Amino acid sequence: MQNNKSGVLESVSRRRKNKGKLNLIMDRQKQSKSESLNNKDTAECACSIVEAEDFSFYYGSTMGVKNITMEVFPCSVTAIIGPSGCGKSTFLRAINRINDLIPNTRIEGTLLVNGHDIYAKKTNLVNLRQQVGMVFQKPNPFPKSIFDNIAYGPRLQGTTKGSKLQQIVEESLKAAALWEEVKDDLRKSALALSGGQQQRLCIARALATRPSVLLMDEPCSALDPIATGKIEDLIEQLKSDYTIVIVTHNMQQAARVSERTAFFCLGELIEYDFTPKIFRNPGKKQTEDYITGRFG
Amino acid sequence: MNGTKLILTRGQATGLNRPLALTPGQDLKGYVASLLGRAVLFLITCTSVLAVLLIFFFVCREALPFLSKISLSEFLINTEWYPEADNARFGALALIAGSVYVTIAALVFSVPVGILSAVFLSDIVSFRIRAFVKPVIELLAAIPSVAYGFFAVLVLAPWMQNKFGFSTGTNALNASLILAVMALPTIVSVAEDSISALGPELREASYSLGATRFETIFRVVIPAAHSGIIAAIILGMMRAVGETMVVWMASGNAAQIPRPWWDISQSVRTITATIAGEMGETPKETPHYWALFALGVLLLILTFSLNVVSEFFLSRAKRALGKQ
Ligand SMILES: Nc1ncnc2c1ncn2[C@@H]1O[C@H](COP(=O)(O)OP(=O)(O)OP(=O)(O)O)[C@@H](O)[C@H]1O
Ligand SMILES: [Mg+2]
Repeated sequence: MQNNKSGVLESVSRRRKNKGKLNLIMDRQKQSKSESLNNKDTAECACSIVEAEDFSFYYGSTMGVKNITMEVFPCSVTAIIGPSGCGKSTFLRAINRINDLIPNTRIEGTLLVNGHDIYAKKTNLVNLRQQVGMVFQKPNPFPKSIFDNIAYGPRLQGTTKGSKLQQIVEESLKAAALWEEVKDDLRKSALALSGGQQQRLCIARALATRPSVLLMDEPCSALDPIATGKIEDLIEQLKSDYTIVIVTHNMQQAARVSERTAFFCLGELIEYDFTPKIFRNPGKKQTEDYITGRFG
Repeated sequence: MNGTKLILTRGQATGLNRPLALTPGQDLKGYVASLLGRAVLFLITCTSVLAVLLIFFFVCREALPFLSKISLSEFLINTEWYPEADNARFGALALIAGSVYVTIAALVFSVPVGILSAVFLSDIVSFRIRAFVKPVIELLAAIPSVAYGFFAVLVLAPWMQNKFGFSTGTNALNASLILAVMALPTIVSVAEDSISALGPELREASYSLGATRFETIFRVVIPAAHSGIIAAIILGMMRAVGETMVVWMASGNAAQIPRPWWDISQSVRTITATIAGEMGETPKETPHYWALFALGVLLLILTFSLNVVSEFFLSRAKRALGKQ
């Protein structure tokens, strides 16, 4: 559906329109729920784009997350924070069903993306994942050239024209703050890049499919402060058009980039609210302890 | 923490008191141990290398007199192999061709099946089925080749003759089908190992960009594992080239190049079968005897070079994985 766009800007206006339509359809059912978290800034996208209802995820008999009920709102950044092993990645990876690849997993409850129960039998996983992109915790470039890495998604969507691909690759690399470093040799193997460069390549690769929702699992954990700054700028830029869910261990980062923050602990959602509220005036003792570093 | 120090941390800052130099003066025991260890390992390595070199040397020594009698070009280009005739001919081309025929035909059958099975096992079936099926496939390697030979002669040969009307049931096709089955466990096992060794990360990356399973397998998994897959093919090929008993029983043993050349329903004879079949009844120190050793050298060179190539690809596969 997004193949024929020629640039990020164009895609922006188009997506805005889509969201407008979406609002009309979904407003009625969602209004009551989103009232508590209604934000003036994102008033035009007041309905949730991802919605978990009593969602639980199990790896065999191990619980990954339990009874998560939360909504992610479009055109905003939602941060997920919490101690290691509390199920942040599990929840994030459930949103585009990439956890399906792990054997013996099981879910309970529902997870709606754009109003559709994505764990229902007839879910088009290809379309889901093209529209809900992901950046993984560990950089995972393909053992191909930089160009082929980024062109992978667009090629799957049927873009084969060289000039078009070239343009997508350039735009995506620029957006991920990697263009200047690699523009001279796009044919170089992606594996020859440094860890931080690989991570930015993966971000560029995810952007190249023009997703509507971007899931980022600690995208900056392998990056130096400069690259981190660039990625945060990128998130800032993208959030007017994309919906971003970002897992981070960096409290300042969550405070800087996100509108809303969810605090997970031991597989449960402890608190979910506007970021300033979470950081200045958390409603729960657990949240406060974690944020102030008295956790444990 | 208050006051009492943990055992783990007691005296750590000043505890750097074990010698850091591995010299006889500072640490005699450690020095001798490391020296001894290296010497033993060196000796063991030497033994196996020596064994290989000795085999090479011995086979070459027995083959050398042959070269003074018959020119190398006649040996490699002539197709007439009549070692016992009055006017003996030692053209090995038909035998070389026989080996190449059955090997390539075996690969044509076993490579697609082997790679697809490997992908099927690693990417498609559930973990439980894989844990059951892979050992079964590897078990194929444990069946003695005589048993395969029996099957070829008693089951496959009559079936081919009746079903397709071939003039003989023991022919190149028969031998290569059996060889294909024998090469399968190697190919499946090595290819599956290298495909599984890729780990879930690349697959997750591919699926997260909206790829289907088919696209993921053919655009990411197989290209990423290609070094290991090539090594698997070469190892399977070595199995086919070196195999003796099965081709001796199943190929028909006619020292001829099929005419037309693509007709694999005709009998052929391989280098290995010739050596095994004729060595027993050939008197020592005769041109025939030396000729068989020359065939042996040829075979050694062939398998050695295949081995080197497969090593190259296997190490490349490892390096490619290490870089991730
Ligand atoms: N593939 C898996 N198989 C079995 N259990 C898993 C798997 N992945 C995660 N888990 C378990 O699920 C729980 C949540 O893990 P998850 O990776 O979601 O944590 P996380 O919050 O992302 O931690 P971190 O901050 O360290 O990345 C953990 O207890 C973990 O042991
Ligand atoms: Mg994680």
